[in-house]
Amino acid sequence: MTDVLNTLALVSNFIIVPGLAYGSQLALGALGITIVYAVLRFSNFAHGEMMSFGAMITILVTWVLQARGINLGPLPTALLALPLGIVATIGLCLATDRLVYRYYRQKRASPVTYLIVSVGVMFLMGGLIRFVIGPNDQIFADGARFIMKAREFKQMTGLNEGLAIKSSQGVTVLTAVVIVAVLFWFLNRTRTGKSMRAYSDNEDLALLSGINPEQVVFIAWIIAGTLAAVAGTLYGLDKSYKPFTFLQLLLPIFASAIVGGVGNPLGAIAGGFVIAFSELIVTFAYKKVLGYLLPTGLAPEGLAQLLSTDYKFSVSFMILVIVLLVKPTGLFSGKTL
Amino acid sequence: MNNLYRNLLLFAVMLALVAVVGISQSWNVALAILNLCLISAIMTLGVNIQWGYAGLFNAGVMGFAALGGLAAVLISMPPVPAAWQAGGNGVVTGLAFGIGTVLAGIISWRKTAHLGGKRYWLTALIAVAGYTLMRWVIDPAIVAVEAVEPAKTGFLGGFGLPIMLSWLVGGAFAAGVAWLVGKVSLGLRSDYLAIATLGISEIIIYFLKNEDWLTRGVKNVNGLPRPVPYEIDLQHTVWLQNWVETYGISLIDASSIIVKLCYAGLFVAVLVVILWLSETALKSPWGRMMRAIRDNETAASAMGKNVTWRHLQVFVLGSAVVGMAGAMLTTLDGQFTPTAYQPLRFTFLIWVMVIVGGSGNNFGSVLGGFVIWFFWIEAEPIGLALMELITSGMAQDSPLRHHLLDNAAHMRLMTMGLVLLLVLRFAPRGLIPEVKR
Amino acid sequence: MSFLIGENMTGGYGAADILHDCTIGVDKGEIAVVVGPNGAGKSTAMKAVFGMLSLREGKVMMDGVDITALKPQERVRQGMGFVPQTNNVFTSLTVEENLEMGAFIRRDDFSDTMVQVFDLFPVLKEKRSQLAGELSGGQRQQVAVGRALMTRPEVLMLDETTAGVSPIVMDELFDRVIEVARTGIAILMVEQNAKQALNIADKGYVLVQGRNRYTDTGAALIANPEVRKAFLGG
Repeated sequence: MTDVLNTLALVSNFIIVPGLAYGSQLALGALGITIVYAVLRFSNFAHGEMMSFGAMITILVTWVLQARGINLGPLPTALLALPLGIVATIGLCLATDRLVYRYYRQKRASPVTYLIVSVGVMFLMGGLIRFVIGPNDQIFADGARFIMKAREFKQMTGLNEGLAIKSSQGVTVLTAVVIVAVLFWFLNRTRTGKSMRAYSDNEDLALLSGINPEQVVFIAWIIAGTLAAVAGTLYGLDKSYKPFTFLQLLLPIFASAIVGGVGNPLGAIAGGFVIAFSELIVTFAYKKVLGYLLPTGLAPEGLAQLLSTDYKFSVSFMILVIVLLVKPTGLFSGKTL
Repeated sequence: MNNLYRNLLLFAVMLALVAVVGISQSWNVALAILNLCLISAIMTLGVNIQWGYAGLFNAGVMGFAALGGLAAVLISMPPVPAAWQAGGNGVVTGLAFGIGTVLAGIISWRKTAHLGGKRYWLTALIAVAGYTLMRWVIDPAIVAVEAVEPAKTGFLGGFGLPIMLSWLVGGAFAAGVAWLVGKVSLGLRSDYLAIATLGISEIIIYFLKNEDWLTRGVKNVNGLPRPVPYEIDLQHTVWLQNWVETYGISLIDASSIIVKLCYAGLFVAVLVVILWLSETALKSPWGRMMRAIRDNETAASAMGKNVTWRHLQVFVLGSAVVGMAGAMLTTLDGQFTPTAYQPLRFTFLIWVMVIVGGSGNNFGSVLGGFVIWFFWIEAEPIGLALMELITSGMAQDSPLRHHLLDNAAHMRLMTMGLVLLLVLRFAPRGLIPEVKR
Repeated sequence: MSFLIGENMTGGYGAADILHDCTIGVDKGEIAVVVGPNGAGKSTAMKAVFGMLSLREGKVMMDGVDITALKPQERVRQGMGFVPQTNNVFTSLTVEENLEMGAFIRRDDFSDTMVQVFDLFPVLKEKRSQLAGELSGGQRQQVAVGRALMTRPEVLMLDETTAGVSPIVMDELFDRVIEVARTGIAILMVEQNAKQALNIADKGYVLVQGRNRYTDTGAALIANPEVRKAFLGG
């Protein structure tokens, strides 16, 4: 019995808790991609840099607040700075749309032209970010490090295995839940939200119904900017902030969006968790689990790991390939926005 | 005719810019830039075959270039007998199991369509079992190989063949992987190809970084044999010593310039051959068909053209050219550094070259490769000079001034983004536009 | 002078004209049907009235006002409702949301209009929270018509609404159209099913190659042996 409980604690500690946090971050990122795709109809390669930008502004504001001694007690100060990060990212998105994307919209450019344009935007934003904050690691997490420490859990339960929950993980999951709830309320309950779904569903009919495409695009960028800033900040809080990582994050985020079916927000969320948990499950060393569950003597000598941790990012790609091969429209296709 | 003069002028201006660097900085620097311009031009030609001829967006240029680099290592490095003794058999057997698993998986998938849902499980079972078997065989062998003098070797080495052979092999490697990627993602929506190739290129780099038994991973492979003489040998030759004395330049400079010129000669030869082949292909009925497919896929497929197969063909060809350029790049560097492969530099920069040069025009690609590489390198000194000018009014110890000067190097990312966006907007057909035939 | 009229319309999508001096019109509370062989320019004529292609000659008048220069969206605001032939519902929205989107330009309370639509198409009330994409062909057409009615238009234009539905569903749809007309709305429709459509028509237009060939009341056209022979299959 204790063996089973120990296994549960072990799996929670190394797979479930980190998976929930990482999955939330991916889901928020994938939602941003999906919204832009559903309304503007292109794959936005600059989304990673948008996340990076939001996180950067949040970090800068956090530093200012920290220097003035303003904080949220046990919560990270970054939460206080996040609204400014969001506003700045929205501003960046709207400015980019005005200066760059709008022209191609009026020209009714092909999706692949948009894609190349977004690569240009990615360069520009990436350069801007590195110019402002430099290419290095930045640490900005503060407040209490843990909601629960491994040692406390062991004392509490008397188990061998500890279960640690970082506050950044808790904050991530809670924030993601709130953001997603608000987003779905907006899309399904408000007139503007519904008009966005209608536009995404059938552009011509939406025009006929008097829905203003420029307004829909405007709102789409506001949502995408918000999601990007939140996702970037949460990822930075949980791991650490480094401009370079956001280009790497692009792949798991795209994978999440496609696995769930591009253009479908519920799918994007599901996809985020599918990717996050797969990465952890495939790269987890099962040595200890097997040690608990198998009779003594049968436990393996090696780490019993399916794939080395170095290949974490490649898992998302493999899932992407499998989905593309088996069900190219994604697991939750059929319903957009 | 006007166009011809205009294009010649553009190339002349480009070469003049290189010459300006030669005169103002040094000819060594100028030739180093020129050599990389040549390699960039070849890579750009490869991407142009995919994008310009067929409209395929390949975001995995980096991976294909790295495969070329791998080929350079595997072909040219001498084998490590001790490592082969320690784990050679295990590695080869393990790889054989791996390949066997993939084949078994494919065969079972193809032959069991009648099983319905069970088919997934059967294939998955074969994959998991085969993978476990492979790991069981290969893991101890890898440990043994990597334990052989890890500081010096720790890998199996290569075949000890002339490195120039790797230029072809690199192309073949890239072609093979491109075939696999294309099989999976061509025929789907256009942006899926971009994302799939972005992914595969990352995985290739992870693989090269982590499979030490093959590539030494992040320990890098140094001292690849060269196809051209070494500077130190040149410095000992009598003719060069005499020559240097006659013209009054330093021996070291002269020798390294000669080496770079040798490389340049080789690269120019390859570039000319590939350019000639590309032009011939573009003007042939095959090229016309490719453009027809690019411009109207539906119409082309309605006329009985097998669009997916043609796309696969062109994707493999273009990737092979990129792989070749990758092998040449590693040859020029004389070392293989997996960490040096960054998507911004190896994928997206090449894309800027294609677009700025003029998609669909091979000469445009060559020019684009030259122009963008030149400014990628020179943006740093130019950016720094610009920043110094801007900040000259500030106090010497102003933190803002320091910050701006420190980060001036990142200006080049911004510059590239800006150039790409401006070209897309105001000259979407590039410096040398595609010729309408 | 009809309430809505496209007069002497000449024009097309590209260089070649499809319509040649074509006139169609409809009055309030009346059903006008445009019929003709394939490629006669029926749908084009309706699109011209709705402003989806620009006219080289001729004009469109509504309630005595020249609206030739207005864009389709502006004509919707002026009181035109248009039901396209295909893709005429938001498949990923519920029935109710489809109707709400139909009323998008209205800032007042439109719940009474929705009640009217539900009264007209009771099945939609039943399926109000189902996705429109999950409905049958006939029900989808009801959603499409309902969506167009949500702006409380003075003119309703139907582009081959009965294409591809079974005869029973077609009859049912025509019944609904008559009911709509009785509320005082002008109905202009293009129909493939010429005979059945002319049966309910107050006014009929037979177009051939973009030109008016016959114009009369529906009953008179059905009675006309030439029309019967050439266009109604005897």
